[in-house]
Amino acid sequence: MPDTSITEGAYNYAYLDEQTKRMIRRAILKAVAVPGYQVPFGGREMPLPYGWGTGGIQVTAAIIGRDDTLKVIDQGADDTTNAVSIRRFFAHVADVATTTRTEEATIIQTRHRVPETPLKGGQILVFQVPIPEPLRMLEPRETETRTLHALSEYGVMQVSLYESIARHGRISKSYNYPVQVNGRYIMSPSPIPKFDNPKLDRSPALQLYGAGREKRIYAVPPYTPVKSLDFDDHPFEIERWNECCAFCGSTESFLDEMIVDDAGKRLFVCSDTDYCEGRR
Amino acid sequence: MSGTLSSLSPGLADPSHDAQQLFREVLDAFSHPGRIVTLADAPQGPGMISPAATAYLLTLADRDTPLWLAPSFNTPEVRDYLRFHTGTPIIEDRAAATFAVLSHDDADPFEGFASGTDTYPDRSATLLIEVPALGTGPVRTGRGPGIKGETQLAIAGLDDWFWRQCATNHALFPCGVDLIFTTGSQLLALPRSISVEVSPCTSR
Amino acid sequence: MYVAVKGGETAIAHSLHLIADRRRGDRDLAELTLEQIDQQLGLAVDRVMTEGSCYDRRLAALAIKQARGDLIEAIFLLRAYRTTLPRFGDSEPLDTARMVAERRISAAFKDVPGGQVLGPTYDYTHRLLDFSLAVAADRPEAPTAPADTAHALPHVGDILAREGLLEPPPEATGERPDDLTRHPLSLPADRPLRLQNLARGDEGFLLALGYSTQRGYGNNHPFVGEIRYGHVPVAFIPEELGFAIEIAEIDVTECDMVNQFAGSHDVPPQFTRGYGLAFGHAERKAIAMALVDRALRARELAESADSPAQDEEFVLAHSDNVEASGFVQHLKLPHYVDFQSELVVVRALRAEVEERNRRAAEQAVTLSQAAE
Repeated sequence: MPDTSITEGAYNYAYLDEQTKRMIRRAILKAVAVPGYQVPFGGREMPLPYGWGTGGIQVTAAIIGRDDTLKVIDQGADDTTNAVSIRRFFAHVADVATTTRTEEATIIQTRHRVPETPLKGGQILVFQVPIPEPLRMLEPRETETRTLHALSEYGVMQVSLYESIARHGRISKSYNYPVQVNGRYIMSPSPIPKFDNPKLDRSPALQLYGAGREKRIYAVPPYTPVKSLDFDDHPFEIERWNECCAFCGSTESFLDEMIVDDAGKRLFVCSDTDYCEGRR
Repeated sequence: MSGTLSSLSPGLADPSHDAQQLFREVLDAFSHPGRIVTLADAPQGPGMISPAATAYLLTLADRDTPLWLAPSFNTPEVRDYLRFHTGTPIIEDRAAATFAVLSHDDADPFEGFASGTDTYPDRSATLLIEVPALGTGPVRTGRGPGIKGETQLAIAGLDDWFWRQCATNHALFPCGVDLIFTTGSQLLALPRSISVEVSPCTSR
Repeated sequence: MYVAVKGGETAIAHSLHLIADRRRGDRDLAELTLEQIDQQLGLAVDRVMTEGSCYDRRLAALAIKQARGDLIEAIFLLRAYRTTLPRFGDSEPLDTARMVAERRISAAFKDVPGGQVLGPTYDYTHRLLDFSLAVAADRPEAPTAPADTAHALPHVGDILAREGLLEPPPEATGERPDDLTRHPLSLPADRPLRLQNLARGDEGFLLALGYSTQRGYGNNHPFVGEIRYGHVPVAFIPEELGFAIEIAEIDVTECDMVNQFAGSHDVPPQFTRGYGLAFGHAERKAIAMALVDRALRARELAESADSPAQDEEFVLAHSDNVEASGFVQHLKLPHYVDFQSELVVVRALRAEVEERNRRAAEQAVTLSQAAE
């Protein structure tokens, strides 16, 4: 292996030094105590680039232990390059067992999807978050958005969704669809498709969200209500496909569309590779 | 330092891995308020404070987290032990404390501790409250994030006055302190997000 | 077709082999040594140390070699190493008045105590390609006078400050400045925090912002009070000793910028300062930093603050090239799930519009038939 970035003994267990882990662990506990609130933490440079999952990696590094079984997915798949890279990192620095089976994993680190297989109590789902602030694209200033959260002043978000309805006849937001946690904080669920939003609601698993570049951690404890924002006359709805998975025939899962020939012929397959393989 | 180093009782045997294990148990407690979690590898510590409180501090306290100790726990043995093993500054001012260890009969357990601000509710203290027992005593109903529906919790040694204070703390949400009740090697967490009914359902 | 989804593990391994191969290049040529990089690409090393916020020439040279000369990648490598190092404590503030300067100039005065010392600079070179460098040859050493280590080099700014014309340097508050490498940036930021951010900030970003102030986006009428480059001692007080000992000598470039200030109702007109400091020899960076530092003081000095360089959140949130490079380049990662979601929504929206148009057309036909 040409990977010489990690030399035995040169780095602490799970890469981070113990002081950094304690700092992140304290932030995680505060995040659990105030569901949906973004706790600032002293994010460190990681050996992977910002925007490539450094927040999720720091959260995972702070919680992972030798008894854990880790699953890493990107776009729902275990074998996408970034998922492979992160899984390899932890297998190396944390000496931890890895799996692709959702039900076997104690920690699942994910980018852009929630597994189709329902999660169980005791499992921890770690999200990689690029922009933790759900109001950021409506208000670029941190000092402003922080005040809006403090005052529970979320009119700006309602207006933005309503404008979408006025323009398109429906809410056109398709991923990173904003949610409200336990009736208080509006939260970015990370760029998962809105298809996955219902899985966040009252999940028995613990959800931890890490944003490395923006240096924020937030959490949704088990069984916590997570409501996708909507209007009485325009209720929240998820994506539907007319097709079924070409491999397993599923009509329930999120489907990726692939162009398979020059004529533009399409094939639809499950985005969650573990779920798909389990059904074949 | 009043004692000699050799007289200090040991901290975590395997600091990195023990701290990881203990943290996950603490995280389990925080994620499931009302659940009694037993810390399998809690060290005995200096006495005076429970192994569970000792383990909590060894796992999460360091030089960045000022600690306030109730007078009954503020002994040279406890101070020396925690300073040596965690480097935590032990302070007199409740308002500056990240962590605090209190006794269940503290007259004003919430008074003076940081409860965070509207913009930074995370800047609040976590209180470790030593109690005679968990799982016995008057049963109360708790609700909130981490609890499926509702849960019954029983903590010995706390009167209605305490629970009224606790309700006031919950009403501050998203501000407020977070509570951890400790006894022996067991702990139970009640983050500020949890509401607990002041009057007990029954007595056990 | 399934290759796009499967085989990540092997593909990554092959990619890693390839990058190592390309890094080495033609095996018939001698491999670069760290010493060569340090000695002959010294300004690249300086930049990597500054923005990597770690003063270690050898590590910076290694990072440059590993990154094949991509300095932003090298800065990232050094930062990611630096963050894992244990921290023994903080040094005493550098006393740049004690600098043994190789170069020291003031643009605000014709001459200054201690003299104008040009030192090594590209300023007066003609930018003609020197073809004699194309082949290795013996190069004569430059004649130099022995360095004056006996006299401290007074800061030009202090001379102006004595007259009250220039604001004095900020009073030492005794408060420990917050540490950006330990805690996330919190806003509004005080000046020590802003200076930390700018010192680590991308040279190109600060250069463009500094330039924008000169072109009228928040002009602050700057004069280079002084630029100095040379060696300064680093002192540290070990807990067990209780007094300062010198642990190293490092090279730094310092820029003290003097800027106009109109004064206000209560304060008589007075020159104000912008400050820049960089590891090694990095005048462009130090000047740009000083311009932006001064621009970010707009609010404090009750100036209007409506230009990008004066916008604290904008500047501080976007200055770090390790953050920026990672996030910009993460667009290369697969995003096909989100794109699929967008496809589903856009198709549905298009279908609704087409359906509406079709119905309108039908209605028009019916109407025109009814009219006939």
